[in-house]
Amino acid sequence: MSATPRSQAITAAEAVRRSLEGAGRTDWRSIGFQAVLVLLLVLTLGVLAWLLAVVFVNGTPVLLDRGTDFLTAPLASQPDRAGVGQAISGSLMLMAFVALISFPLGIGAAVYLEEYAADTAFTRLVNTVVRNLAGVPSIVYGLLGLAVFVVALGDVVGPGPASGRSLIAGGLTMAILVLPIVIITSAEALRAVPGAIREAAFGVGATRWEVVRSHVLPYAAPGIFTGTILSMARAFGETAPLILVGAVIGGFNVRYDSILEQLQGRYTALPTTVYDWARKPATFEGNVYAAIVVLIVVLLLVNALAIYLRNRFERRW
Amino acid sequence: MIPEAPASDEQTRDGGPTIRLVTTGHHLDESERIAPGATSDAAPMTFAEDEVVFRLESVSCFYGAFRAVRGVSLQVPRNKITALIGPSGSGKSTLLRSFNRMNDLIETARLDGRILYHGVDIYADGVDPVEVRRRIGMVFQKPNPFPKSIYDNVAFGPRVAGFKGNMDELVERSLTRAALWDEVKDKLRSPGTTLSGGQQQRLCIARAIAVEPDVILMDEPASALDPIATLRIEELMHELKENYTILIVTHSMQQAARASDYTAFLSMGEDRAGYLVEMAPTDRLFTSPQHRLTEDYITGRFG
Repeated sequence: MSATPRSQAITAAEAVRRSLEGAGRTDWRSIGFQAVLVLLLVLTLGVLAWLLAVVFVNGTPVLLDRGTDFLTAPLASQPDRAGVGQAISGSLMLMAFVALISFPLGIGAAVYLEEYAADTAFTRLVNTVVRNLAGVPSIVYGLLGLAVFVVALGDVVGPGPASGRSLIAGGLTMAILVLPIVIITSAEALRAVPGAIREAAFGVGATRWEVVRSHVLPYAAPGIFTGTILSMARAFGETAPLILVGAVIGGFNVRYDSILEQLQGRYTALPTTVYDWARKPATFEGNVYAAIVVLIVVLLLVNALAIYLRNRFERRW
Repeated sequence: MIPEAPASDEQTRDGGPTIRLVTTGHHLDESERIAPGATSDAAPMTFAEDEVVFRLESVSCFYGAFRAVRGVSLQVPRNKITALIGPSGSGKSTLLRSFNRMNDLIETARLDGRILYHGVDIYADGVDPVEVRRRIGMVFQKPNPFPKSIYDNVAFGPRVAGFKGNMDELVERSLTRAALWDEVKDKLRSPGTTLSGGQQQRLCIARAIAVEPDVILMDEPASALDPIATLRIEELMHELKENYTILIVTHSMQQAARASDYTAFLSMGEDRAGYLVEMAPTDRLFTSPQHRLTEDYITGRFG
């Protein structure tokens, strides 16, 4: 009788030890699952790495060979004379349009929706519509641009030889394309500003305008920066709508006397040029890859800028 | 309506000569309307006309169709600390936020009745809520400094109010009054958010008094703080009542008992709306409550 508790105690300790050691079982399911996850990651990254490798391997020789000439030369029918000069300047001008038009409009709309508008059925409808617009395929915006800017407003945005298919038409189309994205990302950044901060500002007798200007907007700025810059990157890579609203494929050789003339004249953009060259004979192959390298590098720079700005201005509450 | 009374700073421990429980027909009517059936038969507390900063007349607060506060009538005396206590859901925070129209920021919020501030109905047409909040400052439950420098935290209010004087001086004075100056005078440019919780709350008090308000509303200002920081805030409130009228919402009966001159006890009715059970000088409310509900609450039997 007296030995039983003792032997039971030993058995209990032994049982605990065994159960803690897991009785030597191996968790095959867990290992298998982990292996599948790693495999998926490798596959995804592998496709990307392969893509980048092909592009850079084929593109760099042309870039090294031609140097800055490739970056500045205009479109041409000879592959060894054709460059992306016009495409780069066209793309940058388009970006300027996007920044000048969609940022003020989009951020303004977001501030109104988040800070001013009452929560009515109408504002909820507007919010839903904006969200849906952000998901509309870009070609649809291209059609809109074609109908409105090129055809209806052609005499204003691109009189003369461009017959409506001007840089202004392309820029406006791109600005409208990214507008819903700018509104959504800005609204999210504004929503992330804690209500307690607004209350604090109202509590010392600030008007709504002072609360928005001195507190809400500055604190939301990093998020707004990030969102807007990423939307610019999106616009930078768009091809389809630009082809519809008349980005030049082929070639054009025009000297502009004034900035207005350039805005109302023909233009092209980097992704459009890539698309154009890709359809040309094989002699253009090196140029295609080189242009893609330029496009990717510019996009990476834009994204890096977005990350830098976000970290630079990030706040802790 | 309100009888003459001597200055209330002569008030003594037992309630003093200055506070009279007045039972007029008007007030009886009102307390009946406040709480049909279930509530207070105690007469409302009144003060001499020139001592009254706020006079609430049957104030009800609504969020949409929900009535959060029902028929509160009370008076808030000048240069005193008045505490609002009561269980969760008794509407004390909602009521506090009505005093400076902070609830205007909630879209569905609505108020019935009148809140008279020095005789002026702050919910009347033509009253600018921004002006109301300039005179009636607020300190919130959770310290909420702006993510800006300590200096800018204090200077923001005066700036938007168009203050033209010496800002450095005003900032120093406000921080000194909030008992924070010595701790931050060497780092006025560092962010207010880097301070400790107790320091942040004192910064928020400095921010509130920088616009030189008349009243400071405090919504459980010490609930997020440790006991030592809490004690500092209470000492600070005691110093501040020289110049300000203070209304404080607190969950802590000990805090109300320690720090306030008058206490209003709110409870939640059958309809889930908060209502005023009774208001009395703090020591009297805690030693000889007039109402059974108050007694149950302060003795810890519910709440």
